[in-house]
Amino acid sequence: MSSIIFSAMARLFFWAMLAVSIFILYRGHDEPGGGFVGGLVAACSVAILALADGVPSARGMIRVHPVILVGIGLVLAIVSGLPGLVLDASFLTHQWLEFPNGFKLGTTMIFDLGVYLVVFGGFLSLVFRLYEEVS
Amino acid sequence: MIDFIIEHAVVWPVAVPITAAALAAMFWLRQDIQRLVSMVGLVLMLGASLLLLVTVMQDGVQARQFGSWAAPFGISFAADLLSAAMVMITGVLAVAVGVFGLADIRKREEHSGFHPLFLGMLTSVNGAFLTGDIFNLYVWFEIMLITAMGLLVLGKTRAQLDGTLKYAVLNLFSTLLFLLAVAILYGATGSLNMADLSRILATTEPSAALTLSAALFLAGFGIKAGYFPLFFWLPASYHTASITISAIFAGLLTKVGVYACFRVFTLMFEIEGSGLREAMVVIAAGTMLFGVFGAAVQWDVRRILSFHIVSQIGYMLLGLAIATPLAIAGAVFYIVHHIIVKANLFLVAGAIYRATGTYDLRKSGGLMRTNPLLAALFLIPAISLAGLPPLSGFWAKFLVIDASFQGGENWLAAVALFVGVLTLYSMSKIWIEAFWKAPPGVRQTARPVPVLMLLPIAALGAITVTIGLSPEPFIQYAQAAAETLVNPEAYIVAVLGESAGPGVEIAFDPATASPIIIEESVQ
Amino acid sequence: MNLVYAAALAALMGCGLYMLLSRQVVRIILGIALISAAVNFVIFFAGRIGASVPPLIIEGETALGPDTANPLPQALVLTAIVIGFSLVAFAAALALKTYRETGTLDTRELGDAEALGSPYTKEASSK
Repeated sequence: MSSIIFSAMARLFFWAMLAVSIFILYRGHDEPGGGFVGGLVAACSVAILALADGVPSARGMIRVHPVILVGIGLVLAIVSGLPGLVLDASFLTHQWLEFPNGFKLGTTMIFDLGVYLVVFGGFLSLVFRLYEEVS
Repeated sequence: MIDFIIEHAVVWPVAVPITAAALAAMFWLRQDIQRLVSMVGLVLMLGASLLLLVTVMQDGVQARQFGSWAAPFGISFAADLLSAAMVMITGVLAVAVGVFGLADIRKREEHSGFHPLFLGMLTSVNGAFLTGDIFNLYVWFEIMLITAMGLLVLGKTRAQLDGTLKYAVLNLFSTLLFLLAVAILYGATGSLNMADLSRILATTEPSAALTLSAALFLAGFGIKAGYFPLFFWLPASYHTASITISAIFAGLLTKVGVYACFRVFTLMFEIEGSGLREAMVVIAAGTMLFGVFGAAVQWDVRRILSFHIVSQIGYMLLGLAIATPLAIAGAVFYIVHHIIVKANLFLVAGAIYRATGTYDLRKSGGLMRTNPLLAALFLIPAISLAGLPPLSGFWAKFLVIDASFQGGENWLAAVALFVGVLTLYSMSKIWIEAFWKAPPGVRQTARPVPVLMLLPIAALGAITVTIGLSPEPFIQYAQAAAETLVNPEAYIVAVLGESAGPGVEIAFDPATASPIIIEESVQ
Repeated sequence: MNLVYAAALAALMGCGLYMLLSRQVVRIILGIALISAAVNFVIFFAGRIGASVPPLIIEGETALGPDTANPLPQALVLTAIVIGFSLVAFAAALALKTYRETGTLDTRELGDAEALGSPYTKEASSK
């Protein structure tokens, strides 16, 4: 079941949704948004691709196995908690670097990126499993 | 550095396996690296649990808060003697089963993600043992459930799919009951921290909401732990998994439910005088009897052992139902003994399968002649499970039955003794059928059992013998653990800080807590 | 008003339980999903409905205002939804796989686990 229109639009949507998901991730830094929602949107972008062109081509598009993304995300989330453990004696107490122009960079950023990857990978491995063999 | 590690002793038993699980997931396509990560992670986890045990024994209850949120508001981790013992036994069992898995787990199962799932499950088991927050306990239960389902269905055979489906539905239902109990409890008290709840519930009038919540906790944990009449999913699913996975499930998963019961019904709810005791006594007797009767008719080693998990759970619940310090000490001792012995029996079943090619007792036989070492190694956990002296099971049963006599529940003691006899029947059935009788059919030669399988069996057997021959320190430890369970002041103070002894009111800090909680909960 | 909420939740829970008793695996999973939704609502109502100001700390302040909503149940519900979603999704994937393997989702016909090592068959399977 391949349709040229769907396939072409899916590619467009894939990139657009991926960009939106990264924006949502970035927005979560200070405002509603964040890694979880961002990860879901990103996973949806690949899911559309899998619907249009089949799971193998979607797998080829993201290149790495989804579970590897989950692993990387988990490692990032754990690592982001370590500075708090060392500096504040409490795991996951987030530490902030404040720049003179008011921009703040914190370990929450790493944590959110980790969540993004975990959700992205976890959701995708499920979606692939469900879509496989059907198409 | 050393101080830093010791100071956070309560964090490592969870942090180490989750990191290992993440690393194993990162190397999804490289099974050799996964195996290495897994083994290193398991050994480090054993070290971490040993450190926790020593720290708790020396310095009393350990507690840590996460994210710098003060105690009743954030998530706390706390380890008293019971938690530390459970984590320790998890560490030992994880290494033993991990080594056994090296010889037993097939390439295909490894490829489906055995290592990350296994480590993830151990993370959640340790998390459940250590958390001091009731909602966090729910989260660990769910992680445990999803990783356990992944492990059960690893081989993707039809029997596994069927078994996992049953496991999934009933356990999902049980966690929903648990969550409902948490919700009602939160609505009635406004807190989720177990130490804080203990303090609040001690001064709260009994109400319908609290009774309902307690009953739901009992039902939710009851399905998890396999209490009568809720145990049907257990013998319907455990025997389908690969034997390594069955062994770790048999050892740990139901015991997490039992542990949660102990935590909730000693720290938060009173068993005495709430009608819970009468219910628990009946449930305990039913669990013991029906489990052992179920086992008596089975011919598959794994199913016999699965039914015996249920029956043994009854003894632990018996200790909790009688609720004297002596009984709880007996139950704690029983849990520790049971985890080792039951997992060991499953490992032996795996070795029997390796040697004879079948789990069906009607088809196997002759192992005593072809594999005398395995026969000897089977006898240790089997005799211990049946409760014959001088092995660990004897002391465990002795403590629990003695406590029920002293608690005035003579008929329960009689049931426990009767069940012990029937357990002996099942064990001698395995002995006669698999080891003693001549093998049926033409095949006379048994396949050799790899050393990697015998090693963990021997190590767990050695622990059983050690506990059996010198039970004194273990019983003392169990009594101390029971003491802290019955009088949880030390636990509460460790979690909430010195100022939070019984009767001290904590004003809700407007900076962190919502003001609605107190006002309306009074109504 | 509370009684209306309670009745609605009871209805939801009842529907879920009814579905759970079905013989079709898909209905059972839907039943689980319904019960999980009902339980999530119980958490939500346990935190009391009343204030409707979002629990966000206004810029310049250090604490929540006096009539903001209780943020804790929201966090709990969110967690429970996420977990419930992933478990139901896993169960659905499991049911799909089972259907492809066995060709049925009727629990009366799903007996592979029970048949494995059954005491009632003379020649039980050797697997």
